[in-house]
Amino acid sequence: MTEADRITRAWTLVRTVHDPELPYLTVEEMGMVRGVRVDQGQIVVTLTPTYSGCPATDVISEDVTAAVRSVEPDARVEVVLSPAWTTDWILPSAHAKMREHGIAPPEQASADRAFLTGEGKVIPCPRCGSRDTKMVSAFGSTACKAHFTCTVCLEPFEHFKCI
Amino acid sequence: MTEAQHLQGILRLGDDALVLGQRLSEWCGHGPILEEDIALTNVALDLIGQARNLYTLAGQRENQGRDEDALAYFRTDREFQNHLLVEQPNGHFGDTVLRQMFYDAFALERYSFLARQTVDPELAGIAAKAVKELQYHWGHSSQWVIRLGDGTEESHAKVQASVNELWGYTGEMFMADDVDEACAKAGLLPDLEGVQRAWSVRVADCLSQATLSQPEDGWMQRGGKQGLHSEHLSYMLAEMQVLPRTYPNASW
Repeated sequence: MTEADRITRAWTLVRTVHDPELPYLTVEEMGMVRGVRVDQGQIVVTLTPTYSGCPATDVISEDVTAAVRSVEPDARVEVVLSPAWTTDWILPSAHAKMREHGIAPPEQASADRAFLTGEGKVIPCPRCGSRDTKMVSAFGSTACKAHFTCTVCLEPFEHFKCI
Repeated sequence: MTEAQHLQGILRLGDDALVLGQRLSEWCGHGPILEEDIALTNVALDLIGQARNLYTLAGQRENQGRDEDALAYFRTDREFQNHLLVEQPNGHFGDTVLRQMFYDAFALERYSFLARQTVDPELAGIAAKAVKELQYHWGHSSQWVIRLGDGTEESHAKVQASVNELWGYTGEMFMADDVDEACAKAGLLPDLEGVQRAWSVRVADCLSQATLSQPEDGWMQRGGKQGLHSEHLSYMLAEMQVLPRTYPNASW
């Protein structure tokens, strides 16, 4: 098997790993997989964590390692912090899945400062589509989400923060 | 800048993040409302995550076999070099958000510089992530200071007392010692005079929106960076470190 074939096979396995906190999304869709390479005969998967303190990072590294080791016994994961992860790396396919699960995806480019202040930014309700929503708290059930309420259908919902 | 000074510069950043993160985590289950309980612990989690990255980097640079846990759990109070501000007790919610606002304004300036500097690219990577998180922290803490200061008579009086109490711990952040000066000269850390100017503008704007008055600059507490702490740090470390010190290498 050539190196290219091994990398392709490893990628296929990496793609089976889901985010433990957003189980309907794969870590690839989350934009956390920077690459797969062969380093001195060893398969190395590079991952970039989303938030500095995200508790899911360790689990994800273990899950990716376990998945690839099913065919590559000495495969390892390398965590790369730079460049820092941004919500811009989340794949478009993930946005639709987030909406299906009641989470408003990050709609704007990460550089959008207006959102950071919680003012002047409209996050449409993922349930009824209304643009009449308000932020309850910039901090939600996980580090990556903010807590919103729709003032039309009155449902609370989460928004994946832009960073 | 010697290698030891470079290392110390990184460790100090980690100490500020860890000590403040640990302090904030004491709010877990005690927040005034559920959303704030979650917000404060989210901020704590970000800070502890930043500390983990910084300690891991410091341990690699030191090359003495110390990892993040060794640096967090097996150093004494005198070995911690965090600013006195971050170890101060949580007090009431107003005290906590006021302390946080002072720190966030400082940390935003410091980490924005760290993310841009090219002397230590790995540190820049950690900082680039931290800046994004700190922007959310600043938004949260400054908005609360404004809401409480410009709120009721009681909330105004309480948070004004917090400002008066904690103001004396802010000066230390801008008093450069040998390590700060050497690291600033080498381009690793920002010049503290510049940081103070930016901090003062940011904080004055927040306090003025909050209708709070800024105390006169008087005598300032100092000593954290030299390992001379207020009594609060030792108690905090005792609680934080007791498990790994009693059962080294414990896992669950």
